[in-house]
Amino acid sequence: MNAQIESWEKMALERVPQYLAGHGLPWVTRARQSAFERFVAHGFPTRREEEWKYTDVAAIAKRTSLAPDNIPPDPASEAALFAWTLAQESTHLLVFVNGHLSTELSALGELPTGARLESLADLMDSNADLPQALFDQQHEHTVFAALNTALTTDGTVLRLAPGVVLEKPVYLLFVASGHGTAIYPRNIFVLGEGAHATVIEHYFGMLEAHNFTDAVTQISLAAGAGLQHCKLLQEGKDAFHVAGIHAEQAAGSRFASHSFALGGRLARNDITSRLNGAECQCSFDGLYLLDGRQHADHHTRIDHLAPSCTSREHYRGILDGESHGVFSGKVVVHPLAAKTDAHQSNRNLLLSRQAEIDTKPQLEIFADDVKCTHGATVGQLDDDSLFYLRSRGIDAESARSLLIYGFANDIIGRVEAPEMRARIEHLVLDRLPQGDQIKELL
Amino acid sequence: MLSVKNLHVAVEGKEILRGIDLDVRPGEVHAIMGPNGSGKSTLAQLLAGREGYQVTAGSVRYLDMDMLAMPPEERARAGVFLAFQYPVEIPGVSNALFLKTALNSIRKQRGLPELDAMDFLTLVRDKMKLLGMDEKLLQRAVNEGFSGGEKKRNEILQMAVLEPSLAMLDETDSGLDIDALKLVADGVNRMRNAERAIVLVTHYQRLLEFIVPDVVHVLSQGRIVKSGGAELAVELEQYGYGWLENEVQVS
Repeated sequence: MNAQIESWEKMALERVPQYLAGHGLPWVTRARQSAFERFVAHGFPTRREEEWKYTDVAAIAKRTSLAPDNIPPDPASEAALFAWTLAQESTHLLVFVNGHLSTELSALGELPTGARLESLADLMDSNADLPQALFDQQHEHTVFAALNTALTTDGTVLRLAPGVVLEKPVYLLFVASGHGTAIYPRNIFVLGEGAHATVIEHYFGMLEAHNFTDAVTQISLAAGAGLQHCKLLQEGKDAFHVAGIHAEQAAGSRFASHSFALGGRLARNDITSRLNGAECQCSFDGLYLLDGRQHADHHTRIDHLAPSCTSREHYRGILDGESHGVFSGKVVVHPLAAKTDAHQSNRNLLLSRQAEIDTKPQLEIFADDVKCTHGATVGQLDDDSLFYLRSRGIDAESARSLLIYGFANDIIGRVEAPEMRARIEHLVLDRLPQGDQIKELL
Repeated sequence: MLSVKNLHVAVEGKEILRGIDLDVRPGEVHAIMGPNGSGKSTLAQLLAGREGYQVTAGSVRYLDMDMLAMPPEERARAGVFLAFQYPVEIPGVSNALFLKTALNSIRKQRGLPELDAMDFLTLVRDKMKLLGMDEKLLQRAVNEGFSGGEKKRNEILQMAVLEPSLAMLDETDSGLDIDALKLVADGVNRMRNAERAIVLVTHYQRLLEFIVPDVVHVLSQGRIVKSGGAELAVELEQYGYGWLENEVQVS
């Protein structure tokens, strides 16, 4: 155990229980304590571990405090927040500020019968019926998940009865507004048979917030259910963000995961799905757009456990400055998963000599009669394409931006929610020279 | 309009063009013919501003400007256009966005206001109709998944929208069936006028049946070995390039 954890432990055990949700429930306290023990026993991961070879979290370990706090947002930020929320009437909006639900900023809207959309902290504090999967150790893919269990502040619980279809997306906005804030969101989405929903998880850092966010999202899809999940990471430039998104899929279900990593000093996403029933469809799409000294790491894993499932994975990276991207994508085809159709690709555009990408697509196949492909590329902007655009009167800088935008757009275009697609398109263009002009012409 | 004098060009130390002289005046249609490897495409690409060529001697003036000193976008804004032999695919960028960006860059240079979305659509739809192009191609990524014929027609569409003063077409006829060829030729013929010059670079005489040139040049081994009227193309079709190359060696 290192000194930081030891000193933090003393502080955490004394202070934390008073303001963490569910402190009145003995089983929650036990679950938190045991998770914390698991975290302490392992400690922060080091680069000696294979899964953390390219991502150094020493800076997180050095933080003076990991304890979640309850800093209220300043009024100026609150006003600015509204600018960031999608048109409220077109979503079911929940806003969390520094890890806690803000009922003033949220606009739940009307939900159809059979749909429940609640704050996890509220459920824990009112001792209401909590999802059974809560604090399930099965989803502790990294030690950060144990830390999240120990310190979960709040989050969203979405439960849909069989056949319920949410027409409007659920939009979860997690805002970090304080300095040195530690935030532990936990989201649980449970969709009954044939239920359908779109959920957007947007992590946004105000100003110069150098927060640490450690998030866990658990997803359970019953037979024939469908979930579109779109994560937009737009943390402040000094923020650390570590997250796990883990899905369990029953027969014939569809899970589409989109991950856009545009901000933060260090970001790590572990995204997994287990295809437990036949004829599941699973797609993982991702885009990391990095510059300066940003670091973004995506570790994905798809387990084909049943026959005739399809998985598609398209990850792309655009790296400028001295940024560092990591992609590790594992697809495991288990012995029972005959007729698996799996395709995975990771393409990267390096815009500077100092930028670095470590990419590792992996296929492990233990079944016969499967169709699996994977590949990774690393390259620069294509000279022929640049010349083609310039020969039409487009200046060199705009031509570069158009090509970068096009490269990103192949991933953005896969998002089904139109407002979200446009939002992300604009965020990417905001980062590109002459991007404003391109925006006007869209 | 275009004046090429004693142009020598090398690629990676190998001389490809060995003293080209060419004068193109407004309103004229020139055809540059020649066998594979004669330097036709190099000339077209060099004039459009492609990098990677070393000009070892000679000069190119366009509208009294030193064309070789201009980057490709400046040439385009000054009215130069090249229809590519192999149009490039630009994934993720719609044809509409590409055309709008190009047109507005050029209009800006000409001191014209940017076209709004409606005017742009009206303009492009009309031109697409004339070229027999499906309007859906506007929302598709530039040239991505286009058939060979669609790519070539897309080049002509860009030319029609950008309205260049000097239009060069590099092997635009290759890969076209007869119906597509006629549509493309009609598109080019519609653009012929007293102010605009057109240079057709082609291996075969086929295109010249539909776009009758004023002057035909035969390029061989980096030199223009013969120039003449439209009838020269017909002779070439009959006797092949071997006939001329022999004639040149004898003389």
